[in-house]
Amino acid sequence: MGKTLFDKVWDAHVVSSIEDGPQILYIDKHLIHEVTSPQAFNELKERGIPIYRPNQIVATADHNTPTLNQDKPVKDELSRKQLQQLSENCKANNITLYELGHKYNGIVHVMAPELGITQPGMTMVCGDSHTSTHGAFGAIAFGIGTSQVAQVFASQCLLLTKPKSLRVSVNGKLKPGVLPKDVILYIISKLGTNAGTGYFCEYAGNVFEEMSMEGRMTVCNMSIEMGARGGMIAPDEITFKYVKGREFAPKGDDLTKKLEYWKTLPTDKDATFDKEYFFDAEDIEPMVTYGTNPGMGIKINGNIPVENNPSFKKSLKYMNFEAGESLIDKPINYVFIGSCTNSRIEDFRVAANYVKGKRKAENVTAWLVPGSKQVEAQIIKEGLKDIFDDAGFELRQPGCSACLAMNDDKIPQGEYCVSTSNRNFEGRQGQGSRTILASPLVAAATAVEGRIIDITKHLN
Amino acid sequence: MEKFTTLRSTAIPLNIENVDTDQIIPARFLKATDKKGFGDNVFRDWRYNKDGSVNSSFVLNNSDYKGNILVAGNNFGCGSSREHAAWAIVGYGFKVVVSSFFADIFKGNALNNGLLPVQVSETFLSDLLNEIESNPETVIQVNLEEQKISIEGKNISEKFEIDPYKKTCMINGYDDIDYLVNNKELIEAFEAQKIF
Repeated sequence: MGKTLFDKVWDAHVVSSIEDGPQILYIDKHLIHEVTSPQAFNELKERGIPIYRPNQIVATADHNTPTLNQDKPVKDELSRKQLQQLSENCKANNITLYELGHKYNGIVHVMAPELGITQPGMTMVCGDSHTSTHGAFGAIAFGIGTSQVAQVFASQCLLLTKPKSLRVSVNGKLKPGVLPKDVILYIISKLGTNAGTGYFCEYAGNVFEEMSMEGRMTVCNMSIEMGARGGMIAPDEITFKYVKGREFAPKGDDLTKKLEYWKTLPTDKDATFDKEYFFDAEDIEPMVTYGTNPGMGIKINGNIPVENNPSFKKSLKYMNFEAGESLIDKPINYVFIGSCTNSRIEDFRVAANYVKGKRKAENVTAWLVPGSKQVEAQIIKEGLKDIFDDAGFELRQPGCSACLAMNDDKIPQGEYCVSTSNRNFEGRQGQGSRTILASPLVAAATAVEGRIIDITKHLN
Repeated sequence: MEKFTTLRSTAIPLNIENVDTDQIIPARFLKATDKKGFGDNVFRDWRYNKDGSVNSSFVLNNSDYKGNILVAGNNFGCGSSREHAAWAIVGYGFKVVVSSFFADIFKGNALNNGLLPVQVSETFLSDLLNEIESNPETVIQVNLEEQKISIEGKNISEKFEIDPYKKTCMINGYDDIDYLVNNKELIEAFEAQKIF
């Protein structure tokens, strides 16, 4: 029987199997950041265990960093200490760190792909659930807890039970104004937030085959929002072209050999999956969420469903929405374009293209937070910053920012934010904040209008 | 890691679905560099109002309910991978979380911290919540050896699944680091013949 992309990569990394138990899985690359690593460093130190393969670890500062005045000392004492601890831990253990201000600094899931650290066929982990992003390259990439961060520090391996396989196929032609973010929000709205739990998901079909790497990363990024530990897309010419020539990508003979291997990775025709779903691209419209989990999404011109479940009602009460109503014309005061889901150059190009020659509404605060220093530099180089400046948008410095509001970028109590991030949980963007997830296009249009509009009627 | 074999306790019913790790421990409390003190802030924004006053309608603030078992709705622990969520629940004093479904990463994090996630059927969960809500003195027994959860004095019990390796770890208080470090030779041999 044929093998899936996931099987091929997984099986190539199994060091050994425990009878009736998990397998030892080898991890090629371990990404770390300031929030979920300090306790793991402490654990090893306390137990007198050295870091096993420091050259396979790359660190960045992202979750807790300010997006203004990054050249100055971080004001918040606890944040500053956490960042200092990361620097000290990396220095003491010879781990590469792209700290605040470094030209490669950025959100871990933006920085690693753009540097060519992420490659097809790899196993990658990070103490962050959106590590699934790297699956866009045909890598097995998933988020881990801090105990597991310590395990990888100690052995470059994890003890894991092989997940089941799931495939989501989307075929057909996407409508104008439908972006990769809409595709994944649509899938999650159809399948719910736990359909993927216990599974690794492969995205297949012409919609993903035709998607850019940035788009594929947006899709894989949100796999965890339907419960799947990771999502993958078969590597192809688009992948190879993206990887080639990047700072840490293989070169010369090494590249030739790797390319040969990467081309063997796509799922065999006769491979089977434990679960399969099929969707038509034509059915997908620009999406928005109305509730407090990413599965609570509707077409932008649709209505909130009517359900009798207490958790559903609690969610609508938090959002101050009524069952059955539309979100069109809802006034919005905050717009956030950023996060590991949508902070790559393509996302800012889409937003700038819409915003060009327009101005944000008076009532709106619009934050643009690039995913990395490199994205920030590209925004300036391509002249997008000028467009945003003219429109009254505020371009900030890179980081996770208002996606999880660990730094000062918080949405005030009771306010709505149309956000390109990945989670609309209660208080995610600040205590009492109300998040509406959407694509960078819908976010840009909301900022211009100061309210949610039916974007499908405003496209050229 | 603390060992776990059996537990006999009253329980706290948290009858909400899709409890995410941002609710269990909000991001603003993730700035600590050790594992201590997270229990003080577990479910912070549900336990306290914005002005810092106690939200008396939240179940953790209802003095009728006590115990080391948290019984929660479907899909508990979804969202972020933050292990701080498990530390917060353990820090507050819970030793078992019961739900009809757990998110993967949370489940792993719980097991790595001696917190037993007990996954039960929807029917059992609903019976359990009803029993606790109608009588907060209801005593629950959890037996890891037998993989069984039961309501004391009632003829209601259910078997639950757990990975056999993880079960051994919980019972003996082992963690994965010991196992992996003891297999260094295998790992080195694997690295030497890596084909990709």
